[in-house]
Amino acid sequence: MNRYQQIKLAKQIGKWALIAVIMVYAIFPFYYAVITSLKPSSELFQVDYWLSSVDFGNYAQIFSQKSFVQAIGNSILVAISVVFIALLLGITASYALGRVRFRGRTTVMLVVLGVSMFPQVAVLSGLFEVIRTLNLYNSPGGLILSYTIFTLPFTVWVLTTFMRQLPMELEEAAIMDGATPWVTITKVFLPLMWPAMATTGLLAFIAAWNEFLFALTFTLTDSERTVPVAIALISGGSQHELPWGPIMAASVTVTVPLVILVMIFQRRIVSGLTAGAVKG
Amino acid sequence: MASVNLSKINKVFGSTHIIKDLDLEVGDGEFVVFVGPSGCGKSTLLRLIAGLESITNGDMHFANDLVNDLPPRERGVGMVFQSYALYPHMTVYENMAFGLKLAKTDKQSIEQRVMDTARILQLEELLHRKPKELSGGQRQRVAMGRAMAREPRILLFDEPLSNLDASLRVQMRNEIARLHHRLGSTMIYVTHDQVEAMTLADKIVVLRDGRIEQVGSPQTLYQQPATRFVAGFIGSPTMNFMPVQLLGAEAETCRVKAAGLGELPLPQDASGQPRGDELTLGVRPEHLALAEPRGDNRFEIVNVEYLGNEVYVYLEPKAGEALLIHRSEAPSQWQVGQEVALVPELEHVHLFDADDRALPLAKATAAA
Ligand SMILES: Nc1ncnc2c1ncn2[C@@H]1O[C@H](COP(=O)(O)OP(=O)(O)OP(=O)(O)O)[C@@H](O)[C@H]1O
Ligand SMILES: [Mg+2]
Repeated sequence: MNRYQQIKLAKQIGKWALIAVIMVYAIFPFYYAVITSLKPSSELFQVDYWLSSVDFGNYAQIFSQKSFVQAIGNSILVAISVVFIALLLGITASYALGRVRFRGRTTVMLVVLGVSMFPQVAVLSGLFEVIRTLNLYNSPGGLILSYTIFTLPFTVWVLTTFMRQLPMELEEAAIMDGATPWVTITKVFLPLMWPAMATTGLLAFIAAWNEFLFALTFTLTDSERTVPVAIALISGGSQHELPWGPIMAASVTVTVPLVILVMIFQRRIVSGLTAGAVKG
Repeated sequence: MASVNLSKINKVFGSTHIIKDLDLEVGDGEFVVFVGPSGCGKSTLLRLIAGLESITNGDMHFANDLVNDLPPRERGVGMVFQSYALYPHMTVYENMAFGLKLAKTDKQSIEQRVMDTARILQLEELLHRKPKELSGGQRQRVAMGRAMAREPRILLFDEPLSNLDASLRVQMRNEIARLHHRLGSTMIYVTHDQVEAMTLADKIVVLRDGRIEQVGSPQTLYQQPATRFVAGFIGSPTMNFMPVQLLGAEAETCRVKAAGLGELPLPQDASGQPRGDELTLGVRPEHLALAEPRGDNRFEIVNVEYLGNEVYVYLEPKAGEALLIHRSEAPSQWQVGQEVALVPELEHVHLFDADDRALPLAKATAAA
């Protein structure tokens, strides 16, 4: 082996070592959660990196709890509603902001962006009042409302950027064909905006699915809780025991749908996220 | 099918006045081409007719209907865009049927019309393809088909061929001409390409700075340009211009003096012009003959372009104007560096006054 080949080999080894470190760093916590969830509770505090036996006891336990199953139902309801409302409002708003010339358009865009910069805690008490006034306290409606407020700015921005890139002549062709703005949006723009919608929709879904602070504040009873709160409130046999097994089983259960969703949409997401960068 | 009548049309964008008091008459079934330099308002005028922009003031009639405030779909116009703007997610069939569907035409008539249009444009084989699976020329035809399918009264084209390569452009130009003969519908066409303008138009409208410079048949514009601008704009290679001095004007002729060419008797009526005035003489390259140099009439050949059937000879002008061009059939004996005399064919020469307006031919000559 000459010097050149040695250097090349060393570079290869270095590269793969780096990749391995990153993989371990990124995946290990999740991997550990998975194996913890598959251990019987008696083995919980033995530190093991491999599974010697698989035990679904933890899963059986959490699914036997009515409140957890309800929480999953609530989370699905809330997340899907948020995605649906955010996309509907986002598309119509982005048409107005991206295509219709009107006074104050830039101001609106900046306000929209500004709103999304407030930390959640800052609006917590104000939002609480709004939700109480609207009689949405302790109901999925309150969560849908508050998540939509935080999701919309991002959705509107991404969709507006995307909408602006669609050629003007396309819209004019539709106008010549006799299309109203609504028909233009639904029949011409929507089919072309799937990548952007998949991206923003998925991110909105993830945000709503994982949100904790609002979910904890705006719900009171087990039957109205969403998954992150339900997991945090899983309690053990006594006050001094944290039931790691069931907690991990619950976490894995609610993360898997996300991973699957991301995998399904991953190509779309990439094309959606880069759509603003280059003209396609 | 309908005539179009524009009277005193104005268009103002913000504070810029784009179309200025424009009057235009387009006959039923006529093929009218708008030409003019970039930014002169061709597209804007077309979009005003389409209804994509609103007119600031003035009146626009199609046949006898006032259409000022009608939205595009109620005007009965179809438009072919420069970028085609086909709906990328729809098949060729759906692209053509879209407008008909929106007009709530029943399914059978839609199919009938799309099929008829497809047959005319030879798109039958392609009806189930998406735009991205088509060549440039095919996309172009689909764009025309989409505009035609609703059987509009007026078809509008904004530089429809400018995205095609040269040979395809010639082919499509031909197809558009044949389409016009076949459909006989009113067509308004914007282009940069003067060959397209000359070959397609019944009537050419030369626009400049939001105003009409001249309207006329291709032949009129070529042979009797009303202004120096039109003379320079129509024809390729462009007309030669040189400054001349007016020596005298008689009943049927006038005499001018040009640097190098000496005194020339011209058939124009220059009686209204003061003696000694600076005028501009215009002569097309094919009307500028070359001969052996004599006396002061010496011009150096700086370049010779051989085009197969013709030759363009470029000559250094006497007064710092643009190069002069002589055009004749190939082959030619002229060489770069040679000195030659210029012999304009006086009966084909144009004369423009200080305001760049063409001087009319003297009566006797015009009658002859
Ligand atoms: N929406 C608009 N707002 C403001 N100005 C406009 C608008 N559309 C066109 N203009 C201006 O109007 C003028 C004429 O534009 P237009 O597109 O009609 O030119 P054109 O003759 O078609 O030129 P080209 O040959 O380059 O296509 C230009 O100076 C352009 O900047
Ligand atoms: Mg234009």
